[in-house]
Amino acid sequence: MPFTETVRIALRAILTNKMRSALTMLGIIIGVASVIMLAAIGNGSSLQIRQNIESLGANLLQISPTAAREGGVSLGAGSRPSLTMADVQAIAQQDTAVAAVVPVLSISGQVVWGPNNYETSIQGTTWNYGQVRPTPVAEGRSFTPQEQAQSATVAVLGATVLQNLFPPGFNPIGQTIEINRVPFTVIGVLQTEGATGFVNQDDRIIIPITTMENDLDSVPFVNQILASAKSAADMNLAQAEITATLRADHHLAPSQADDFQIFNQATLLSSLSSVSATLTALLTGVAAISLLVGGIGIMNIMLVSVTERTREIGIRKAIGATRGMILTQFVIEAVTVSALGGLLGAIVGVGGSGILGRLMHTPAPVSGTSVAVAFLFALLVGVVFGVYPARKAALLKPIDALRFE
Amino acid sequence: MDALIRMEAITKVYTVGDEPLWALRGVSLQVMPGEYVAIMGPSGSGKSTMMNILGCLDRPTDGRYWFDGVDVGSLNDDELTLLRNQKIGFVFQSFNLLPRTTALENVELALLYAGVRAAERRRRAIEALEQVGLGDRLHHKPNELSGGQQQRVAIARALVNHPRLLLADEPTGALDSHTSEEILGLFEALNDQGHTVILVTHEPDVGQHAKRIIRFQDGQIIADQRNAERRRVVAQAQKGGT
Repeated sequence: MPFTETVRIALRAILTNKMRSALTMLGIIIGVASVIMLAAIGNGSSLQIRQNIESLGANLLQISPTAAREGGVSLGAGSRPSLTMADVQAIAQQDTAVAAVVPVLSISGQVVWGPNNYETSIQGTTWNYGQVRPTPVAEGRSFTPQEQAQSATVAVLGATVLQNLFPPGFNPIGQTIEINRVPFTVIGVLQTEGATGFVNQDDRIIIPITTMENDLDSVPFVNQILASAKSAADMNLAQAEITATLRADHHLAPSQADDFQIFNQATLLSSLSSVSATLTALLTGVAAISLLVGGIGIMNIMLVSVTERTREIGIRKAIGATRGMILTQFVIEAVTVSALGGLLGAIVGVGGSGILGRLMHTPAPVSGTSVAVAFLFALLVGVVFGVYPARKAALLKPIDALRFE
Repeated sequence: MDALIRMEAITKVYTVGDEPLWALRGVSLQVMPGEYVAIMGPSGSGKSTMMNILGCLDRPTDGRYWFDGVDVGSLNDDELTLLRNQKIGFVFQSFNLLPRTTALENVELALLYAGVRAAERRRRAIEALEQVGLGDRLHHKPNELSGGQQQRVAIARALVNHPRLLLADEPTGALDSHTSEEILGLFEALNDQGHTVILVTHEPDVGQHAKRIIRFQDGQIIADQRNAERRRVVAQAQKGGT
């Protein structure tokens, strides 16, 4: 018997029980759609994590002092001042795998403009800060090497500072603000970056480090050194070079521990990626279980169908349907339900990913692989759970089936 | 002429619980092509078991059975299915048509399983339905047809593969007496055209239409004779007409 005829018979049987077929299909639809959607959301959030981290700067290494200890109590990372401008210069001169290096000295500062005042983080750094940590300006400009050399009182505002200090739509360029009572001229506004982790990257003011040391905070230390490696492949080499340079600079004996710590962006990225990959796999796995449950639904309904249609099977066998033909008919019926369900599920999944992504404000890119895998898995479920009922039908004896009322 | 059906010492034993139940106790039988045979007997006489084995729907416990020269005992299940499809046409008491399926499609089903192509299938199915007088009911579904019409569809389905044997199990059991006569007239006409017909029934009136009557009791043949007082529907209809 031609295959198309078998498919036709199966389709007719599905259409005969529309409600039942639809409900059976629903199990598969939900399964396939949730696999696709959860995979999309998982991919989207790991993409977002990656973008967030990479926006901090390519191949970024953050160097900070280790925690000071007093009587065995840790005072927290960065509490021991151990990094200096000399360290920055040593790294810039000696370490070949490092493309650029900048210091960051930050204090908390009270900013005043007219009647408005705002408390924010004041960060002193060098003119080439942007080479390590991209901070494009939305308006105005960053400070120049000359301004740095002259300890000019110029400031670049983060977007949050702008919002809190000035009326909406006001152009602050050229305005004079007071930071801890020292007047500064606003020369630029940074582009909005958004939060990275728990830190609002827009809530800060950047000024030349020389001005910081002269006018605001005359400590011989820096809070943090930021360095960028020449390429992603150089990350570990750069880290090793910086470690060696700083140990030599700080005169640490081999037995002594580092008095600084290096935070490697690549390491963070890979560990976060693996966390989000695990989460995605977990979510997708849970969704796959719902697909499996859908498959059991198919088997259930097919078993009912075989019992209900025992007489039909008897008639077919009496007038010439072989076991193979009956088996094929029922397997095709199950597979058609699962294939249709898989197709609808894929449509719902792709559409749902878009909607969910918009609702959750995260990208939810649907991968072709997840659609293909979910659909094929649905087909497989149809075959696996369809075979048992179909076999039951095929093995019915014609006389028993005909006698069945 | 070679016998269409040859049975030698056929037995059939069902095991119900621990008790063996002898449905057939050594039946031997020959049916020649073109015969019109009624197998008769009260319920429990073994005639239904006989019908199942004759129709290759069931296998005997012991004994040998040749159908159209083929040793049926040597065939596997799929070969038996093929033999049923090609050489035996079944007519059942309860019609056994597929519900929600038109008369034409029901008849086509037998051709479908025989692997006949769509156009040829349609042509032959229409031909068979016209042969039983249902040329104007091709697209009716079973629930839109009377009992007699449903049985005619079943007969058309039985005939459509040009079988060697037409096997009818209580074909008039679900029909009123007038319709029964119509159906029996159809069998008679088919037999007149050369079809071999075996009718299984417990109704003496129905059996009287056959040329040969085989009586069963307790799983054995107790009588096998020419029917001297054969009633012919055609003759009766003519009588009624005058």
